Formats: sequence, structure tokens, C-alpha cells
Amino acid sequence: MKKLLEFINNLDRRWIFLFIGLAVSLPLFFPLGIDFTVSHPVQGFYDTIEKVPNGSKILMSCDYDPGSLPELYPMTVAALEQMFRKDLKVIVTCLWPAGPPVVERALNHMAFEYKKEKGIDFVNLGFKEGREVVMVSMGASIPNTFPTDYNGTPVTQIQIMQGVTNFKDLAMIVNISAGYPGTKEWVQQVQARYNIDLVSGCTAVSAPEFYPYYQTGQLKGLLGGMKGAAEYEKLVGVMGLGTRGMDAQSVSHLTVFFFILIGNLAYFVLRALKGKEVK
Amino acid sequence: MTAEALGVWLGAGFTLCILSFLYKDNPFYKFAEHVFVGISAGYGVALQFHNVFLPNLWRPLIAGNLVMIVPLILGMFLFARFSARVSWLSRWSIGLLIGIYSGIAIIGFGSGDLVAQIHGNLLPLWGGDYLTSFNNWILCLGLIACLVYFFFSREHKGSFGFVARVGIYFLMISFGASFGYTVMSRMSLLIGRFYYLYGDWLHILPQ
Amino acid sequence: MRKEVPLIITFLAGAFFIADYFVPHTGFSHIAETINGWTIIVITFAYVLGVANVTRVNLDYIQRKGKDTPYKIILLICLLFMMTVGIVWGIAEGTIFDWFFINIYVPMQSMMFALLAFYIASAAFRAFRIRSTQAALLAITAVLVMIGRVPIGEAIWKDFSNFAEWIMNVPQLAGKRAILIGAALGAISTGLKVIVGLERTHLGAD
Repeated sequence: MKKLLEFINNLDRRWIFLFIGLAVSLPLFFPLGIDFTVSHPVQGFYDTIEKVPNGSKILMSCDYDPGSLPELYPMTVAALEQMFRKDLKVIVTCLWPAGPPVVERALNHMAFEYKKEKGIDFVNLGFKEGREVVMVSMGASIPNTFPTDYNGTPVTQIQIMQGVTNFKDLAMIVNISAGYPGTKEWVQQVQARYNIDLVSGCTAVSAPEFYPYYQTGQLKGLLGGMKGAAEYEKLVGVMGLGTRGMDAQSVSHLTVFFFILIGNLAYFVLRALKGKEVK
Repeated sequence: MTAEALGVWLGAGFTLCILSFLYKDNPFYKFAEHVFVGISAGYGVALQFHNVFLPNLWRPLIAGNLVMIVPLILGMFLFARFSARVSWLSRWSIGLLIGIYSGIAIIGFGSGDLVAQIHGNLLPLWGGDYLTSFNNWILCLGLIACLVYFFFSREHKGSFGFVARVGIYFLMISFGASFGYTVMSRMSLLIGRFYYLYGDWLHILPQ
Repeated sequence: MRKEVPLIITFLAGAFFIADYFVPHTGFSHIAETINGWTIIVITFAYVLGVANVTRVNLDYIQRKGKDTPYKIILLICLLFMMTVGIVWGIAEGTIFDWFFINIYVPMQSMMFALLAFYIASAAFRAFRIRSTQAALLAITAVLVMIGRVPIGEAIWKDFSNFAEWIMNVPQLAGKRAILIGAALGAISTGLKVIVGLERTHLGAD
């Protein structure tokens, strides 16, 4: 017994890596299909977009890079699905350098499915360096901040940008964010100044700190991590990576819990046994 | 083999190179790491060139907007850092940037965080039903206790110390929740990568 | 004057942008908008400066013939290649630049971040020892949120998700709000110190 506990206490971390690898892999091959309910912040995200009149213009700021793809790309795709279904006109910006090509793919894929036209139904304005300064600059003039789209077409020649000067000409802002700059800066610099409806999809790491913003109403909706993406996909009616990953998420969380439990058990039982030996 | 298939095999190969670091540091990982740093730095420059330099500076400048010489010069001043003799010039550009960001941050934190969050916590202690009222009491007392804990100008003893200890308990709950969500986030990233390897590369996942 | 002029610039810029929030005058906003546009451009040069520094550091290493020299050469080749291909042939979807980004950059960056999953599990196993009441509270909350926020939590107990949501909306929120308020006060005081010149570390040594 003591040898087993010592083995557990001194377990080579590569065994833990192996267990985590199996915990994530096996449910992908043998799905459990466990159902889940939708939480209030996710419902708020969906309802806020749903309330926007059809045909309105929405700003979608995709502030992430490939490091957060599994959490945020499903949110992007599901949000585009909902917005294109409502015939909303989507203006996309990116404040992270590695964001534009990823978002461009999501836009082109969804546009093909919904037969939407670039420049008329959506536009990817690309990336601008500057973080909060870009947000404040957009508050004065979006065309002056983004004179061309991602492919170099002047915004004056893009139909969807006609009549769009600043945030007052937009129905709401959808922010998909991985960190800084992201939701916090959008709340501080844009929502606080212009009082525009703002919803956020963010990584699970950031989500806990945005609950205060949701409670005050500064955020009208919040998607947190892959679970948030899965709940949102359920509302929109799509089967994306968010939903497919939930079983693996469940099993991996149980595995981490199991390791915390046996780690503590081994530690405290060994300590008690060593205490008895000393006496 | 199509370009797309080649790309997936290349991506999977590099993914496995990075994954090999779990066993131990090795030449495959080092190679992949250096390729990544080179590609990302080169990517950034090309992106900045097309998305910022050309539309925001170069085209307005050659169209006759001579005021754009000012940011061009300020930007060039940053490169003065490479010369010990004229490195002081870079401080002008840095001073401008720091001043602007400080001003914007003061407004953002003041209106977006400080005022709004305090306002959001001014909750009725009787909220219409027992659960809402209980929650409002927890929120009010919790926030006050945490803020008392953060007040380090006074020693945490006596009744002040008791309230500060309650504040620590609320903070521990916050950090515990953050840890739980952090685990969720990290596992999601791994799920995404395994989905790519099993699905996009090997095509062995069930439909 | 080498430090005084930048300090004056910092003060004027900071004070101007604070005033911009309160002054509704169109002329004032127009000047702020122009300076914002300049800032975006100057920051871009700062990014390029960073890349130039990476190049310089690696070239120095290659000259000194360190043991990782072959890797540094590969780094510089990739940097130069990606930069040239992007600037010359463009960055749109379907270009060589885009192909390398999607098939090399994306998988590698994703995997680098995905490695953290292994390390967080390992760290949780080794370091998460419940030695005090506070540690116990942290651990219990972490476990409740971790299990409650995934579908298996609802399979174990149908209100587990609602309970986890309550933890996020009430006790957790109180702590996070206190941190937000504290951080806001800190950021405002640091910003003011920078603007009035009490904080000068950004200007470097003389």
C-alpha cells in the first residue's frame, strides 16, 4: 500500500500526459452524446442578435488568433450562421494580427452556404495595429481607420460601407475575443462611451472576469469557451466543433478531477503513515 | 497529391514535432519552433505592410496628404534605437504612444470599470424574493469584504482583519472558478488539435 | 532636453485624450481623430522594429557560431521568405503566403497552446494540495465549476449546471468585481503618474 502511494506521489508526469491524451482522444471515437442545457449568458447572446431588425448592419470584431481556434472559431461560424439567416450585413474587423486569414475563411465558407456576396452582405476590413486606439479611432470614423478592406479594395467602393461612419450607424457589436485587446477594451472604450449593444464570445480563461460586465448589462450576452460555443450552436441549430468536443471535454475534466483527488489522497495518507512511523 | 493534401500533411508533421516536446526537448521540436518564429515574424511584417502601411500611410501620402510625413518621421524615429548616438530620438515617439495610451486607459478604466462596476453593485437588499435578496446580500458583502482585504494601509487585525479574511474566502472562490474555466480552456485547445489530427489528417473519426 | 521634451509630449498627449472624452467640440475631436490615425502608423513601425531586433539578435548569434546556429539560419530564411512572398504576391486567400500561414503557422500555434492542457493537468496533480481552508475552498470551487460546466455534470445531477452558474454569478462575481475595481484604481493612478512625469521608466536610462 505504501509503495503504491509513493508511486502515485512521485508519478512521472508523462503518465499524466498519456492519460490526458487518452481522455481527449477516446470520446472523439466513441461519442457519449450527453445532452446539455443552455445558460442565461448564452441565451442573452443569441437573443440580442435575434432582436436586431433584419437587414441591419452589425460590426463583428474577431480579436483572436489560431491559438484559440477550437474555442472561438465555432462561435464565429455559428454567429455568422445566425446573422446571415437574418440577412444582417456583417462588417468584420480584427485587432489581432493572425486573425484576418482565419476569419476570411469562415466568411467565405458561410457566404457560399448562404449565397451572400462580398462587399454587399459582408466585408472583412482586415487588421489594424493599435488596440484601444483603433477602437477609439473607429468611434470617430470607421472608413478613416480602415480605408481599405483586407484585400485592398477602398471602402468607398464597397456597398456595405455606404452610410457607415462610426458606431452610431451600427445596430450592435459582436466581439469574439481571445484576450488583449478584446472584450474588456470594447466594454471600456466603446460600450461605455457610445452605449451600443455589445455581446462577447471569449475563451474560457477570460470568461470569469467578464461576468461582472454581463451582470451590469455592459455585455448583453456572453459565450465562455467551447461549452459556450456548444450551447450557442444548439440554439442556432448547427452541429459544429463545439458540440462535437463536449464529450471529450467531460471526460478530460473528470480525468483532471481524478488526478487532483488521488494526488491529495496519496499525499495525506503518506503523511499520516510517516507520522505514525515516527511515533 | 493536391496542394491542400500536402498542406494538411505538412501541418500534421509540424503538429507532431511540437507534440514531441512532451517526451523531451529534441531537434524536431527545435526545428519546428524556429520555423514558427520565422514564419510568424515574416507574416506580421507582410500583414502590416498591406493592412496598415499602404492604406493608412503610403497611399494618402502620395495622394498629396503631406501631413502624413509626421507619423512617417515619428515611426522612423523608433529605429534610432539602433544607434547609441541618436537613440534619444526614439523617446519622442515612445512618449507620444505612452501618453495617448495612458489617457485612453484612464478614461476606459474610469468609465467602463470603476463607475459602472460600483453602480452595478448598488443592489436592493430586498430584491422581491428570498433568492434574489440572498444573492444581492452576498454580492454586496462579498465586494466590501474583498475591497477591505485590498486595503493594505491598515493592519489586518481585529474586526477589520475578520472582514479581510472573509474577503480572502471570496477571492479563493473567484480563483477556484478561474482555475476550473482555465482547465476547460486548455482542454478545448487539445480537443481541437486532436480533431485536426484524427479528422482532417487521418480521416479516421466517425461521422 | 533629451528627457524633458518626451515628458512634455507624454503630458500633452495624455491630457489631450482625457479632455477629448469631455469636450464635445467637433474641431477638438477632429484633432484627436488625426492623432489616433498617426498612432496606428507609429505602432506599426514599432512592430517592424521588433522584427528588425529579432533579425539583429539572430544574426549576432550566427556570427558568434553558437551551437544552435543551423536553427537560427532556418529562422531567418523563413522570416525573409514569408515577408517577401507576402509583400510581393499579396496576402489574400489562395496566395502562397496564405497557404504557408494556414498549413504551417496555424497548426503550430494551435499545438503550442494545446500543450498547456497536458501541463495544467500535471500541475494540478502535483501542486494542488489542500493544506488550508483557503486552499480547500479554491479546490472545491474549481472542481464544482469544472464538473458543473460540462455535460457530464448535468448527467450526474440535473441542477449541477445551474449551481455552477450560481457560483459564477454570485460569489465568484463579487471577487472578480473587487479585482476589477482595484485594477481600475491602480490603472488610473499609474496613468496619471505617467502623464505628469512621476513615472519615467518607459523612457529608459540616460
